Amino acid sequence: MKVKYFAWVRERIGKSEETVEPPASVRTVDDLIAWLAGQGETYAHAFETPRVIRAAIDHAHVKSDTVIAGAREIAFFPPMTGG
Amino acid sequence: MAVTVTIRIQEADFDIGREIAALTEGRIDIGAVVTFSGICRGREGDEAIAALTLEHYPGMAEAEIARHAETANSRWPLTGLTVIHRVGRIQAGENIVLVLTASAHRQAAFEAAEFLMDYLKANAPFWKREEKPTGTSWVDAHSHDDDAAARWTRS
Repeated sequence: MKVKYFAWVRERIGKSEETVEPPASVRTVDDLIAWLAGQGETYAHAFETPRVIRAAIDHAHVKSDTVIAGAREIAFFPPMTGG
Repeated sequence: MAVTVTIRIQEADFDIGREIAALTEGRIDIGAVVTFSGICRGREGDEAIAALTLEHYPGMAEAEIARHAETANSRWPLTGLTVIHRVGRIQAGENIVLVLTASAHRQAAFEAAEFLMDYLKANAPFWKREEKPTGTSWVDAHSHDDDAAARWTRS
């Protein structure tokens, strides 16, 4: 699946998007955050406070317990500050 | 008549007068247009801000604004609405965002404009980075923005 990062999540990881293939045990958004956090120092830094990270699946906001099966694109970003 | 909905995300500035004209041209069923424009402040507390840089999530930002526009149209009898959000570097004093709502009567237009702005601030995927004399930093989200959006949720 394609994963996208925005704002300081993007800066900390050092890339704006990538394709990942997590193991089958990664079922929810929370699971994916925990798995990504284990992918290296930059990821650990980006996801060090999981409760502040917001997620979207296929351009719609989702809660952290949402199942990710079938998702084409998952995005992670900090709380929004537009307007 | 159909509801006129315009949603744009752009780097360029917008002309408020022209946008109002586009919303009302050729119609005599509109009695009220409410305009909200958000402007880049040059100071936050004691610190000067030279400019903001706005990042967005292309695709989702448009979709999220469109969802809120649909909700506004279903809750208030609007004749049209316009949402324009700028991205990229915006200097102090420049426009950031424009929300226009048009209706036969003012109350619907006032309420819908406030609803759209509250939802935009809390839910539309945009992020601001500030340029201060001490360096640049991402703007922290405010819980009062979430509270402002939550008051429109129907129980």
